Amino acid sequence: MSFLDKHKKIETNATLLLALSFGVVTIGGIVEIAPLFYLENTIEEVEGVRPYSPLELQGREIYIREGCYVCHSQMIRPIRDEVERYGPYSLAAESMYDHPFQWGSKRTGPDLARVGGRYSDEWHVDHFTDPQSVVPESVMPPYGYLAETEIEPTYIADLMETHRIVGVPYTDEMIDQAAYDFVQQATDFGDDAVVDRYPGAQQRDFDGNPEVTEMDALIAYMQMLGTLVDFSTFTPDESR
Amino acid sequence: MLDYLKLLILALVVILAAIAANYARDVGYMIHAIIVMVTAAGVFLWQLRRTDEPVPAAVLETQYMDGPIRVGAILTAFWGVVGFLVGTWIAFMLAYPELNFEWSWGYLNFGRLRPLHTSAVIFAFGGTALITASFYIVQRTTAARLWGGGLAWFVFWGYQFFIVLAATGYLMGITQGLEYAEPEWYVDLWLTIVWVAFLAVFLGTLLKRKEPHIYVANWFLLSFIVTVAMLHVINNMAVPVSIFGSRSVMVMAGVQSAMTQWWYGHNAVGFFLTAGFLGMMYYFIPKQAERPVYSYKLSIIHFWALIFLYIWAGPHHLHYTALPDWASTLGMVFSVVLWMPSWGGMINGLMTLSGAWDKLRTDPVLRMMVTSVAFYGMSTFEGPMMSIRAVNSLSHYTDWTIGHVHSGALGWNGMITFGMLYYLFPKLWHRERLYSLRLVSWHYWLATIGIVLYAASMWVTGIMEGLMWREVDAQGFLVNSFADTVAAKFPMYVVRALGGVMFLAGGLVMAYNLWMTVRKGVSASAETHAAAPAE
Repeated sequence: MSFLDKHKKIETNATLLLALSFGVVTIGGIVEIAPLFYLENTIEEVEGVRPYSPLELQGREIYIREGCYVCHSQMIRPIRDEVERYGPYSLAAESMYDHPFQWGSKRTGPDLARVGGRYSDEWHVDHFTDPQSVVPESVMPPYGYLAETEIEPTYIADLMETHRIVGVPYTDEMIDQAAYDFVQQATDFGDDAVVDRYPGAQQRDFDGNPEVTEMDALIAYMQMLGTLVDFSTFTPDESR
Repeated sequence: MLDYLKLLILALVVILAAIAANYARDVGYMIHAIIVMVTAAGVFLWQLRRTDEPVPAAVLETQYMDGPIRVGAILTAFWGVVGFLVGTWIAFMLAYPELNFEWSWGYLNFGRLRPLHTSAVIFAFGGTALITASFYIVQRTTAARLWGGGLAWFVFWGYQFFIVLAATGYLMGITQGLEYAEPEWYVDLWLTIVWVAFLAVFLGTLLKRKEPHIYVANWFLLSFIVTVAMLHVINNMAVPVSIFGSRSVMVMAGVQSAMTQWWYGHNAVGFFLTAGFLGMMYYFIPKQAERPVYSYKLSIIHFWALIFLYIWAGPHHLHYTALPDWASTLGMVFSVVLWMPSWGGMINGLMTLSGAWDKLRTDPVLRMMVTSVAFYGMSTFEGPMMSIRAVNSLSHYTDWTIGHVHSGALGWNGMITFGMLYYLFPKLWHRERLYSLRLVSWHYWLATIGIVLYAASMWVTGIMEGLMWREVDAQGFLVNSFADTVAAKFPMYVVRALGGVMFLAGGLVMAYNLWMTVRKGVSASAETHAAAPAE
């Protein structure tokens, strides 16, 4: 009996076929995924990386809701033209608080991993409202309604609490003050508490409208992307 | 007794959905709760009218259960046309961004329609086709009626309900932000229940089979069902922010999230769009060609090799990212090796025509099936090539990937499904033949030329933009701004959209032809062959 003839045993027994095929398909995933939870270079911490502030987190929610990830990546590869165009290549630690990751898979528009600080708030407002007015070649859809949608921080503490459950180190103080920080960061009435809690956070009226709108939140998110790590002092670990 | 239990559960669902709608934190969730409530109430009334009615004469266990298959065949054609329509629309949006209307307040922007398109094609069109094919094939190859009585109907309509919730959710901005896994937690939970029932029906039917051997198509279908269950559950692990809101937070973050997502994403291709559809190929091509499968031994080798190797290929989506190199190298190596079992399947499918090649001249349905296998071979060569790190550094993030996906989805998945529908409709409605083979030929050429326009224009824009992004001048400065590359792609975007129009037109021709087959076709007295001789 040749080796392949023994396959008769499997193809006459549905349970065996199920068990074996399930066994075979588990192996690859276990080998590739499990080590990522303990290897040095995938769980390293880098100075400057912190959880999102409440307003930035809300901006990220809008980014996901609008499907920005289908056209924009947030992952700069260590390739000459990308580093030239977008800035230092992305580190694993920079997305350690992204549940889920937003690296993207397509650049119909440019990479956004380091878009923070690259354009003014006014540019962002104009660009979101009518992208072709500032970039004539652009094929991006308009998002002017974000500026007209006012938002309240009603559920922001719950959202942060849920992030804490999956491992983001929000402190009790951060969660207690979430609603306050949310409004404060977008209006700036002169209290530095947000910056104390979230080093490097930028607080100002992002969209030029005194009310807190979705536009404020999204621009706050845009303006902090890629700004947390100081690459003038960062040195990659030898083991990388 | 069981009927009373069903009524109780349905009543409970109505009440819970009403409570959920009342306490909803966001509009999308509230609308979904109302959809659930109305649907459950409708099913409740339907169930109530049947309860304690005299049971119709017991269905003969020797009869096949073809009800869900008939509805499935119709809905496959319907979802196909919907998916192609949305795809063509968003293709025009990329050429003409004015089509993102201000008045739609974002609901019809590209970012929300694109997941609608991908899900409509993969999960609505592909998924309905797979469930339909599984139910048809497993009964014919085991000589047994579907296991579980009405459970097959639950699987069928449960899956359609999943599609409705997912699709309406996308338009309202309900998404997890993971490509091809966008539906939120409660939709994921529902799909899990439906999928487990699907596995139960399929496996139950295999267990009570009257044939000693399990036919090769069923190996592929079984591994597709069980693997998709695993992928779905693990990639969608999330903690809901509130049970009264649509949002959840994914358990994994950053690198781990990326790796898990592409392990899922690539195997959605590998098992949903490949293993499942190979099951279709292994049944319908031998049937249509009236020839046995070319090689039994090849099918054993390529089956086990394919399902083992596919699972490893995911990290080739993450070359040069923050994922460790060893992982993306593994992904690349396994992707290249995967070329072999993929072509094993192609050879087995094509060579089944040995001694029947002349039928390609006279039978456009068989021509469609064979072309689909040829596209399968083409895209399973292109895929491993693009997974090589050096090629990927150019092709990644560009339209080349989009072209690759479409030569697989339109060419392989689309064409084999069209072939299946052309085979099934006359069978299921007991017609002597299709309404018109001329229209099948029209569909064939519209679809084929459409795919060629699509794939060719995407090769051109993909490679062009990849080269433009990396172009530096003698001083070492970048030559092109990003906006330059966007502008340069415009003509090819128009060509691509026209390819989509042709493919969509082919789908409409098919829908008309199938409709007329049922309406006007000549009834067959006994079992007949699907395709009639040439005109």
